[in-house]
Amino acid sequence: MSQSAEKVLDHMNLFRAPEYTEMFESKKTCFEGGHPDIKVQEIADWTKSMEYREKNFAREALVINPAKACQPLGAIFASVGFEGTLPFVHGSQGCVSYFRSHFSRHFKEPSSAVSSSMTEDAAVFGGLNNMVDGLANSHSLYKPKMIAVSTTCMAEVIGDDLDSFIKTAKQKGSIPEEFDVPFAHTPSFVGSHITGYDNMMKGVLTHFWEKAKRKENKKINFVGGFDGYTVGNLREIKRMFDLMGLDYTILGDNSDVFDTPTDGEFRMYDGGTKLEDAKAALNAKGTVFMQQYGTEKTAEYVKSKGQEALVFNHPVGVTATDEFLMAISKLTGKEIPDALEKERGRLLDAMADSQAYFHGKRFAIYGDPSLCMGLTAFLLEMGAEPVHVLATNGNKDWGVAMQALLDASPFGQGCKAWAGKDLWHMRSLLATEPVDFLIGNTYGKFLERDIGTPLIRIGFPVFDRHHHHRSPVWGYQGSLNVLVKILDKIFDEMDKSTNVAGKTDYSYDIIR
Amino acid sequence: MDTKTRNKALIEEVLSAYPEKSAKKRSKHLSVHEEGNSDCGVKSNIKSLPGVMTIRGCAYAGSKGVVWGPIKDMIHISHGPVGCGQYSWASRRNYFIGVTGVNAFGTMQFTSDFQEKDIVFGGDKKLDKLMDEVETLFPLNNGLSVQSECPIGLIGDDIEAVSKKKAKAIGKTIVPVRCEGFRGVSQSLGHHIANDAVRDYVLEGSEGKTKGFESTPYDVAVIGDYNIGGDAWASRILLEEMGLRVIAQWSGDGTLKEMEATPKAKLNLIHCYRSMNYISRYMEEKYNIPWLEYNFFGPTKIAESLRAIAAQFDDKIKEGAERVIAKYQPMADAVIAKYKSRLEAKTVMLYVGGLRPRHVVGAYEDLGMEIVGTGYEFGHNDDYQRTTHYVKDSTLIYDDVTAYELEKFVETVKPDLVGSGIKEKYVFQKMGIPFRQMHSWDYSGPYHGYDGFAIFARDMDMAINSPVWSKTKAPWKK
Repeated sequence: MSQSAEKVLDHMNLFRAPEYTEMFESKKTCFEGGHPDIKVQEIADWTKSMEYREKNFAREALVINPAKACQPLGAIFASVGFEGTLPFVHGSQGCVSYFRSHFSRHFKEPSSAVSSSMTEDAAVFGGLNNMVDGLANSHSLYKPKMIAVSTTCMAEVIGDDLDSFIKTAKQKGSIPEEFDVPFAHTPSFVGSHITGYDNMMKGVLTHFWEKAKRKENKKINFVGGFDGYTVGNLREIKRMFDLMGLDYTILGDNSDVFDTPTDGEFRMYDGGTKLEDAKAALNAKGTVFMQQYGTEKTAEYVKSKGQEALVFNHPVGVTATDEFLMAISKLTGKEIPDALEKERGRLLDAMADSQAYFHGKRFAIYGDPSLCMGLTAFLLEMGAEPVHVLATNGNKDWGVAMQALLDASPFGQGCKAWAGKDLWHMRSLLATEPVDFLIGNTYGKFLERDIGTPLIRIGFPVFDRHHHHRSPVWGYQGSLNVLVKILDKIFDEMDKSTNVAGKTDYSYDIIR
Repeated sequence: MDTKTRNKALIEEVLSAYPEKSAKKRSKHLSVHEEGNSDCGVKSNIKSLPGVMTIRGCAYAGSKGVVWGPIKDMIHISHGPVGCGQYSWASRRNYFIGVTGVNAFGTMQFTSDFQEKDIVFGGDKKLDKLMDEVETLFPLNNGLSVQSECPIGLIGDDIEAVSKKKAKAIGKTIVPVRCEGFRGVSQSLGHHIANDAVRDYVLEGSEGKTKGFESTPYDVAVIGDYNIGGDAWASRILLEEMGLRVIAQWSGDGTLKEMEATPKAKLNLIHCYRSMNYISRYMEEKYNIPWLEYNFFGPTKIAESLRAIAAQFDDKIKEGAERVIAKYQPMADAVIAKYKSRLEAKTVMLYVGGLRPRHVVGAYEDLGMEIVGTGYEFGHNDDYQRTTHYVKDSTLIYDDVTAYELEKFVETVKPDLVGSGIKEKYVFQKMGIPFRQMHSWDYSGPYHGYDGFAIFARDMDMAINSPVWSKTKAPWKK
């Protein structure tokens, strides 16, 4: 027996004890009916071959380990960025449990959302009663200032009409007539979580803006897009905008609700864009979109209202941040202050100190399309080579734009954008055209294990590391965080590959 | 005010927050246990109210996430849009041993990733092609299951026909499962549907596949252990040590072959009654295999269970059970000696699924702790009947609790520990209340068996006695 009260072993060590390893072996041999080890090894090797890659890329129906989620997840993410807003997802209830769990696992925070809990009868008769009763229950129990309604694929397949359902619910007295209930249809079989963000953001703005008359003022709006670093990023944006002396509205500011304190009180709602501000945002001069892919419809909408739309792709690094700030300066007429220029210089200073360790290193990147572009631009700026850049939810346009970004740099030659591919495709790419480092979310750890490519965790979700979402990856400061994160991994790998005493220890340097 | 009166008043208070119609419905799910009653006084397995923030999941979660997902040598296809498979991807920690992507597939997400055209024109052709692609890329898979997501049943796809055709063409077991998320009221129907699919597509016709199986008088199957953090392993080791031969694990670290061999068992041992009583009853009826519920949480229940299991066998096994108890009890005693003084009289509120709202009570009591409230996400009346053997008079009982109710209950009852799920964890930690996830063991485990009990005790101690909880109020705040 290996277990003891003195030194309690949990799964990490317990199952490596001989009594367990022997048990595993006998279970395998006597009962499992598996294939011989030699065959398993043969197939394992084959899955890393070029022949396998070709078969893998010939897939037309099967998707394996996609790096994308579905629309209502993004709709919830956008909804909770508004003051006192309860996301209400019309359809099957299991979806909402999944969304809430997904956010809680990433942010290590509560995530509140309700479902209209449709079941078989609603599948037959439609979910109107669920909407009517559901809005009344939500309103009574959770006292929101606004309820933002989105849909699961069940409600979409049976064709429930949110606009008329919400109107009927109001007529039936579920909620007051004047109560704000923006909505968006968010079918899971179209696009991904970033599409859901776009639809919901547009839904909220449409709700507030559609009947209002625009009177342009000097303010600007900011839309971050679906972003796993929203807590750190939005706070960094506010800091930079305050330094510039801007008058601005963050639309969908969920940086507080995903970062509430432990002080004895549970805050179901915290912070968020004031509803008054969301209304008044119509009058802004323009709106800044930090992630082009996943805010296209909202950008079109603000333009249709007469606003200017400034569109970026998750700017990381000096050039991208320069362009971001200059565009905002141009839009608002405000100067970029010395404080930010000094931050720029510090970032560049750090990049210059470390560039030798990036130069010529080969990277693979996957994630949401705009995130991929931002990180790619930064790596190119550092002289690294982003060999494989993959976005499961990247469309053809993204593929073209991404490839153009690579082709425009001497460090992007021979590098390729992969739109609509999944992480099993990435596995073949890593196996047949190896790189030094992989950048991606938590699921990348399976690739790290299978292929041995060290994983740098940047993306969403990150379940298996804590608190990364609290630090920004935007702006000069955020870029510095990205730089350090990548650099730490580079140095760790150098140390790991030189630490055999008497064999490779000559390169195990204390100064790098 | 005594506890019973307070709890009754508390229930009235939370109900007053609902619209009248909903309050009436919810009142049937909330109760204060009366000692001597045959159940806990709540209605269960009823539709959740819309808009109340139920903690429940769906039939797909019950089938793919619970029953089928852990069968490691089969590929489970999340059939429909991308989300369901994505959110349930590798998140349940049903440990297994195998080469992922080669001969084991438990931590991968296979999906047909439905697009609009699949909804409009149907997904059967895509499914057909997808199965060929699976076979090409993963030749060592031992079978497939098709886990239906909501749209499948709504657009009229015939996954049974596709599965039948492809099973014949490929020559492997292919199991269509009608676990669309809108079916039933919770995960529970998904368990039942998944059990029925095992019956129809695995056990049916399995006789031919177990030729050459050499039976012994001591063959048992472990049913309803999902090997969360290695639970089934910490259980199996005890059964083997007492002289039994575990021929199958359902379904944690399980394989298709093990399922097929289960009709050869002399006794089915059931841990999670809720999710796998159906198939156990079927095997009793069809193959005359008796089944026995057991409880491997905490030394008291473990010893009771080992003896009850042994009582079904001869003296050799009975002696084996005593030998196992004698071997491990000193370690369990040492664990209790180490932790009990730190945990004595601490109160716990639970809200979990399956078997845990009752099964873990004994383990807490072994450490001197007291359960003051408990409830099931997707229990049925037979669960609440079984619960009466575990809980004391005045215990607060809540079925399909809503986030609102649980928050209010905890605020008033002020337990020393809450044990529930990921969606609840941070709510209560913000309130300064120690918490352990009792679905995933909060990324720890195993909690089953004697080895698991030591970890359970350590974890409860580190949750409750962590110094961080004493600092929730800023010192300058009165």
